[in-house]
Amino acid sequence: MKAPETRFNPRLEQRHRIGSLFYGLFVISISIGIIGLLVLIVQVLVRGLPWLSWGFISSYPAPDPSEAGLLAALAGTIWLMGLTAAFTVPVGLGAAIYLEEYAEENLFTKFVEVNISNLAGVPSIIYGLLGLALFVSWLSMGRSLLAGALTLSLLVMPIVIMASREAIRAVPDSHRQAAYALGATQWEVVKGVVLPSAFPGILTGTILAMSRAIGEAAPVIAISALVFLTFVPSDPFDRFTVLPIQIFNWVSRPQDDFRGIAAAGIIVLLIILLSMNSIAIYLRNRYQTRSED
Amino acid sequence: MVNSSPILSVSDLNVFYGSFRALKDISMDIRERKVTALIGPSGCGKSTLLRCFNRMNDLIPGARIEGSIQYRNEDLHAEDVDATEIRAQIGMVFQRPNPFPKSIFDNVAFGLRINGYRGDYAEAVERSLRQAALWDEVKDRLKDSALALSGGQQQRLCIARALAVEPEVILMDEPASALDPIATLAIEDLMRELSYDYTIIVVTHNMQQAARASDDTVFLMMGDDRAGYLVEQGATEQVFTNPKEERTEAYITGRFG
Repeated sequence: MKAPETRFNPRLEQRHRIGSLFYGLFVISISIGIIGLLVLIVQVLVRGLPWLSWGFISSYPAPDPSEAGLLAALAGTIWLMGLTAAFTVPVGLGAAIYLEEYAEENLFTKFVEVNISNLAGVPSIIYGLLGLALFVSWLSMGRSLLAGALTLSLLVMPIVIMASREAIRAVPDSHRQAAYALGATQWEVVKGVVLPSAFPGILTGTILAMSRAIGEAAPVIAISALVFLTFVPSDPFDRFTVLPIQIFNWVSRPQDDFRGIAAAGIIVLLIILLSMNSIAIYLRNRYQTRSED
Repeated sequence: MVNSSPILSVSDLNVFYGSFRALKDISMDIRERKVTALIGPSGCGKSTLLRCFNRMNDLIPGARIEGSIQYRNEDLHAEDVDATEIRAQIGMVFQRPNPFPKSIFDNVAFGLRINGYRGDYAEAVERSLRQAALWDEVKDRLKDSALALSGGQQQRLCIARALAVEPEVILMDEPASALDPIATLAIEDLMRELSYDYTIIVVTHNMQQAARASDDTVFLMMGDDRAGYLVEQGATEQVFTNPKEERTEAYITGRFG
């Protein structure tokens, strides 16, 4: 079709070319991410799978890579996660409920909000050093699971608070009004209406925070620094090690076989992480469909 | 309009949001076991007035009132009156159906639980749902989510939820404005039915609804200072067929508003 003489110059061909150019750039961007991840996973699987066995999971570290296992680190990680969740969830959720449901909007709450967002961006090693000074030394907890869990709680608390606030804010105000109009007190509104609706969001945020905590090495190195542990912690005051530290230690050994078991350790860590994230997604979908249909 | 002592009596009520006066010098009586319609153009303060009766305005920061509302000769806003207790006696149904994302049963049982109902829950839930003309439609699926109901059913569920705590007065804030005409008629029939046992105050934009479903009508308008004031009140038949004020006639016949 021949363009008639008009006051427009559509330059269609050029505009479509620019469109295609950007489409191509976006495809390249996503490919780099996916390829990088694939290379990483394939490499870890190739190196680590031959070493992965029940013996590897159920043995303590040993000087000989073929006899070494990650039982102590695995147990330490599970202990640490359990304790961290036990500290983080009540406090983080409580803070979120206070900020969303009780606090008035004023300079102080604004200040608190800005601080919480900023704390989420503080490098984790800083939390490690804080934990070392505060819990290990000053409160004399020693290099214990308890000190580690409290440190990690501080680290992931902002994530839990922000996710919970998001979930609480998403509860329609009309539900609160309905409850008030039936003669509910503020706590009854929160307990009976707000928290049940916000539950999936809070749960998802908590699990994601926990999977952040599970992969952290830096703050735990500052607190524990132990890598050669031949016992499973039996109470919160025991010393401990965790998977990321164990893996880090193996990687830095000179013998090549240790890199193999490090890869096996990474597989175990990945499996735990992926299962936690899958549970988060499953629970979110399950409760969302339930409350929307 | 007074032929027995009124259940609610408003005198010289002024409502402020911060420095803004939303209602100016309102005085009126509400008759017991009658349907009273609050009508008037948008922004005239009908909903604000309605929300004074169960002190829902308390929840809005900066809201305060002057004057008084007597409920059975007791000042609703007196210091020793607990708004929580008032709200169980003066229930409310909102503009948009707002069932909780819970089962049908749990929606109705919510108010029973918080108010410490000591009778049989299943029986109370059934009674409330029957009163709200919803029982036959939901009796086989009380455990299903309330959100699966249609809009009209949801609104009747909200009415059942309000009835369950055995209030004396039910406030309705444009209860049918989000519903289709058939669901609207069902709500109007229900209002009529309920007025044998309850006092109902309903805010509506719908003139036919006010004329059809109410006993008394209160007409509010917005003044030049944007504060709502009362123009006329009386028996619905009189207000609609023989209004005392020209402004009332103009509004009812659709010449403004």
